Amino acid sequence: MSQETDLITDIEAPVYLSYNFTAGRAPTRFLTQVKKGVLTGQRCPDCANVYIPPRGSCPACGVATQEEVVLPDKATVQSFTIVSIPIPNNPIQPPFVIANLVLDGANIAFIHLLSECENEQVHIGQRVQAVWKPEQEWDYALDNIRYFKPINETDVPVAMIGRVPVAGWEG
Amino acid sequence: MAGLSTQIAIVAYHQSDCVAHAGAANEVELIMPQLRAVFDQVGLANAQDVDFVCSGSCDYLQGAAFAFVAGVDALGAVPPIRESHVEMDAAWALYEAVLKIRMGHARSALVYGFGKSSTGELPTVLSQQLDPYYLAPLWVDTVSLAAMQARLLLDRQLITERDMAAVVSRSRKNAMANPHAQLSGEISVDELLEAESLVAPLRKSDCSPVADGAAAVIICTVEQARQWRVPYALISGIDHRIETHNLGMRDLTDSVSTRQSACSAGYRDGPLDVAELYAPFSHQEIILSRALSLDAGTCINPSGGVLAGNLMMASGLARIGEVFNRVVTGEARRGLAHATSGPCLQHNLVAVLESA
Repeated sequence: MSQETDLITDIEAPVYLSYNFTAGRAPTRFLTQVKKGVLTGQRCPDCANVYIPPRGSCPACGVATQEEVVLPDKATVQSFTIVSIPIPNNPIQPPFVIANLVLDGANIAFIHLLSECENEQVHIGQRVQAVWKPEQEWDYALDNIRYFKPINETDVPVAMIGRVPVAGWEG
Repeated sequence: MAGLSTQIAIVAYHQSDCVAHAGAANEVELIMPQLRAVFDQVGLANAQDVDFVCSGSCDYLQGAAFAFVAGVDALGAVPPIRESHVEMDAAWALYEAVLKIRMGHARSALVYGFGKSSTGELPTVLSQQLDPYYLAPLWVDTVSLAAMQARLLLDRQLITERDMAAVVSRSRKNAMANPHAQLSGEISVDELLEAESLVAPLRKSDCSPVADGAAAVIICTVEQARQWRVPYALISGIDHRIETHNLGMRDLTDSVSTRQSACSAGYRDGPLDVAELYAPFSHQEIILSRALSLDAGTCINPSGGVLAGNLMMASGLARIGEVFNRVVTGEARRGLAHATSGPCLQHNLVAVLESA
């Protein structure tokens, strides 16, 4: 005589693990500087590429990056997308622009938001500058920069994106 | 021509110091100095100069998703390289690399392992590798499981607490010659036995300390080693076996999987001058040396073993590296390296190394 038993569809087995996570030596230096409103990249001793934010190594050469380079807060749009769908738990309401930006003096892009712009007018090569939160709100975080906004400078030709000197773009 | 009979050599090994806390360093910063050291031993620029790269690590240790992928930043992977990873000790990454070479898909390989265990509570983190229905929800930690194993040995009078303390005392003494060790020094059996138990019957000294760090090895075909003109040791055999998840089904006082792996790796084909055994708890070294019937002719854990410093996910690879060092310097002609994974010596790998 077999007796029909309820099908077990799930069991509760919660996992709680606490960590004292550390970002890494290079990210720690970067975040300490960004709290002061300073953007600091690191240069590869082999290929001379400047990375921001740095991870402590040049992933192309596999060598440690030590030399620090202070960079301005002007950048060039390397690529972008217009987000039209709401993303769960993201406080930013669509449509909004996410862009791959290369800071002047850096060679590798990082991702940030673009705002104070006509979304339809955003284009590759466009010059932008950081809009910072008020200084008293600065923390160890890249969102000390609220977003980047377009500035009135000549576009950077595609071949020159990622090669703009630290002194800036003169067109 | 590659094949099952391809002779494989170890040409370089380096490990970091075993430190209780590596500070702010991330995985890349832990790995990079070890890779630099092994590249320099052979005269290579970066991972572009080997045919294959395989690493061993576990993201649960540091609590960072995809830390093992981030670790690739240490390699120089532009242009892209052939790379693989095992969520295990890097001794198994070395096993994968051996297979890759034997299949003829590579002539050389870089193998590395790393762990930053200090960010979490390692014994608790490791409880999550247990069977997910019955054991993991109970949060049985690795120290408690090992303690139950030690209790079995003591109760059956297979060992005494004095035997366990003797293992620790020798480990600390041997570690005095190991610059990377975390715990070393002269401490007598009687002094060790004075300490209170941590998780009975284990004292703190019976348990390997938690350490952060990394280790790296380069292996290749013998032809490649000769071409590089570097000293090398031969891997004459390597194999691994795993036992059931169900602890109740296992004889915890023996390590059948270690013995089977060792036999398959041909460890009895000649005398063993040295054996580096991955025994995270003192009684486990006794289980392992008995399972392998090692006698006084074999020097056990001359480095101090992992009781002197345990780099989770790299210690197994480091056992192979320690035997390599002794074979290459002529200190040993033939040696056995053992790696373990899982609770109470569940999964075991044995490699036999010989002088060229």
